[in-house]
Amino acid sequence: MTKIAQTKVSRRTVVGTSLAAGGMAIGVGAGGITTALAQKVLADAATGAEVSAWVVIAPDDTVTIRVARSEMGQGTLTGLCQLVAEELECDWKKVKAEYPTPGQNLARNRVWGDMSTGGSRGIRGSQDYVRQGGAAARQMLLQAAANRWKVPVEELTVRDSVVSHTKSNRQTTYGKLVADASKLPVPDLKTIKLKDPKDWKLIGKAGVKRLDTAGKLNGSQVYAIDVKLPGMLTATIMDAPVFGNKLKSYDEAKVKAMPGIKGVYKVGDTAVAVVADTFWQAKKGLDALNPTWDESANNKVSSESIAEILTAGLASTEGVFVGNKGGDADAGIAGAAKKITAIYGSPFWNHATMEPMNCTAKWTADKCEVWVATQNGDASLAACAEAAGLKPAQCEVYKYHLGGGFGRRGQQDYTTKAVLLAKQLPGVPVKTIWTREEDMRQGKFRPVSQCKLEAGLDAQGNITGFKMRIAGPSILASVAPSRMGPGGSDPIAFQGLIAEGPEGHLGYDIPNRTIDYAMRNLHVPVSFWRGVNANQNAVYVECFIDELAKEAGQDPLAFRRKMLAKSPKHLAILNAVADKIGWEKSPPPTGVSRGIAQFMCYGSYIAAAAEVSVSDRGKLKVHRLVMGTDPGYAVNPGQIEAQVQGSVAYGLGASFYQKITIKDGRVVEENFDTYESMRLEDFPKIETVLQASGGFWGGVGEPTICVATPAVLNAIFAATGKPVRTLPLRDLKLRA
Amino acid sequence: MARLNLNGKTLDVKVDGDTPLLWTIREQAGLTGTKYGCGVGQCGACAVHINGELQRSCSIAIKDIKPTDKIVTIEGLSPTSSTAVQKAWAAVDVPQCGYCQSGQIMAATALLAKKPKPTDADIDAAMTNICRCGTYQRIRAAVHMAADMKKA
Ligand code: FES
Ligand code: FES
Repeated sequence: MTKIAQTKVSRRTVVGTSLAAGGMAIGVGAGGITTALAQKVLADAATGAEVSAWVVIAPDDTVTIRVARSEMGQGTLTGLCQLVAEELECDWKKVKAEYPTPGQNLARNRVWGDMSTGGSRGIRGSQDYVRQGGAAARQMLLQAAANRWKVPVEELTVRDSVVSHTKSNRQTTYGKLVADASKLPVPDLKTIKLKDPKDWKLIGKAGVKRLDTAGKLNGSQVYAIDVKLPGMLTATIMDAPVFGNKLKSYDEAKVKAMPGIKGVYKVGDTAVAVVADTFWQAKKGLDALNPTWDESANNKVSSESIAEILTAGLASTEGVFVGNKGGDADAGIAGAAKKITAIYGSPFWNHATMEPMNCTAKWTADKCEVWVATQNGDASLAACAEAAGLKPAQCEVYKYHLGGGFGRRGQQDYTTKAVLLAKQLPGVPVKTIWTREEDMRQGKFRPVSQCKLEAGLDAQGNITGFKMRIAGPSILASVAPSRMGPGGSDPIAFQGLIAEGPEGHLGYDIPNRTIDYAMRNLHVPVSFWRGVNANQNAVYVECFIDELAKEAGQDPLAFRRKMLAKSPKHLAILNAVADKIGWEKSPPPTGVSRGIAQFMCYGSYIAAAAEVSVSDRGKLKVHRLVMGTDPGYAVNPGQIEAQVQGSVAYGLGASFYQKITIKDGRVVEENFDTYESMRLEDFPKIETVLQASGGFWGGVGEPTICVATPAVLNAIFAATGKPVRTLPLRDLKLRA
Repeated sequence: MARLNLNGKTLDVKVDGDTPLLWTIREQAGLTGTKYGCGVGQCGACAVHINGELQRSCSIAIKDIKPTDKIVTIEGLSPTSSTAVQKAWAAVDVPQCGYCQSGQIMAATALLAKKPKPTDADIDAAMTNICRCGTYQRIRAAVHMAADMKKA
């Protein structure tokens, strides 16, 4: 069983040099380690030693691989270990994983690089330096054997942690070499030659199981919400339902008299928490607390008032940013034989991670620790330090596997609040658990948007001009204003829509085009939600393309193909899903219609093809869903398949059922009864086409989410003749 | 004060009668494999067996539990994960984040106890737990595999 034990990172006092993510070797000594860690070092001397920052090997050949990114179900932990192990040439059966803590990362000059886990970057954003870390460790281990046997290192071979010198018929294992190897200098990264992908044995191999499954089968996996500490109290919290409004009053005296209650505390200006011996006592206390908040203009905001702002944005010239422009779209449309216009819209969505937000914090005047599930350990450390009023070096973050992230746990509001609360009870560990309702009310939502699309077609059905105007709130303005682009723009709005770029570009060759964005920021916080803006952008483009194909009297696949001649990888994955579903070779069964869609995002090329039926009464059934992805390199095909399936459940499930409504400034849907999730019964069988064409590293966790919905919507359009332009489907009559 | 029969052991707990079984299991018995997902009976993350029946423990108050009721949690299935369902779950590599999986495994175990050879429709009807990670296709495969293992 793989135990992630972040407090157990072993570390030698005599490390010569170690790898830095930036590609340089840096010296690290014992400075900066805490007493507990220093003691641990002594203990570790007997049990194992660190070879490079990424690899610790024990005398019994157990290899512990350090994983800086967070595991939230997406399988990154296993994939990263495969990358290290591939170069290390160790015995995969003896590999374990371990999270270094953000505090250790800080103390060691960020030797493990970026801990943030989002944007489908877990593998592709660290594949080079983790492989180098594995290769460096292998070289050091081999050198140790060469020194011991006094033979040239070139004469040694290694496989599954066994080092052999054939000439002298000698063998040993990594576990016996590690003490010597750890005293050698880490090789200069520039001299490290990584394997040619064609020589990979573990990367890309079928059937490599996840390393983190065992504890998830018998209840032994400890999540952040399960943390137990001596003397710990439990709290639950409520923040302003109308975001940002100031807390006014609450019935503290009544609640304090209730059983188990330890206190009622203000958290910042807007929130209040009840601390008790147990969660249920805290929840009962909060239920009786009757908090009130000041009112503000935001109390008047509703989904309808937001829609008015966005609709106005579709025709506005104010606050508009251009993302992709070529030729003259207006002239192209003006002179067209046919003109088509459509307005689409997308609702707010909530993450609703299976594990509600929670964080345990312990504060003293000179130290603050948090136990938390986070997509960004570095950001948790920063949030902890800021809320604690301490230096980052005085803080520590213990990371736990996430019970779901999907972008939500990239934001650290919950860490901040937990620390602000714990600070009021010095020395006492306080676990703050958000109720599902509070988790839903205090979401960081997928932005609502509207999109106006206009195009002209010539007599042959070619697009003469294409205009796309998106209106909606900006994610960066909400969560990271410092990362905004020139003039306060938000490049994320154009995800997958730009003319060129390795992260994702519109593959269609449309000479006369204007794609722009009217930024309309709201009081509702928005952030990254699995697939981010590629979700709605792919729906807007790909569903409108089907509307155009129909107007042009052309097959949707053929219509796309002729515009993708200059985008061979977009075209290849589109063709792959078309082939698989039998688009050209076999017609769908009677009463069944097909839809297709393609897109590019997170550096990967994706496409989907769906077969659906819509009954006379408008009931939708998805019969088949073929999902294609070309992520360049495929590290763990089984996990890619799992991510493709998961992306459909999450994204298509949202399109089926989900919307967050704003009424009187606050979120209406507070639990899974009104915010329904796709369940097994609705889940269509997914046929995954993994076409890893090599030569680039694309993401996996998110990309396919963006094409599932447009493929299904296009199939509905084919079935009913009525385009679907808003979501969720639950709210629509699919047949007139 | 209430007396519970939890995974074959007797446990006396001091909680208010309205405390959900879920929180009693997690906080009094210290068994955290049973998860909180919604608290309103929607998600199934809190699923346990009571006298062999699948139940959502967030929606059962301690005062409604009798000392003779046999409660089994995920920890009570098999510490070595050797039940057919757990073995099938491992073989198919079902879990992603894993947070819902205790409940999924309890639901699948209860299903197979009633229907040793479930059809897809039986699985649709019985496996109503939410998995936000979307492990449904593998859950279905693993339920079938566990059924085959049990027969063999
Ligand atoms: S927590 Fe009990 S059903 Fe969701
Ligand atoms: S595995 Fe994550 S919610 Fe089911």
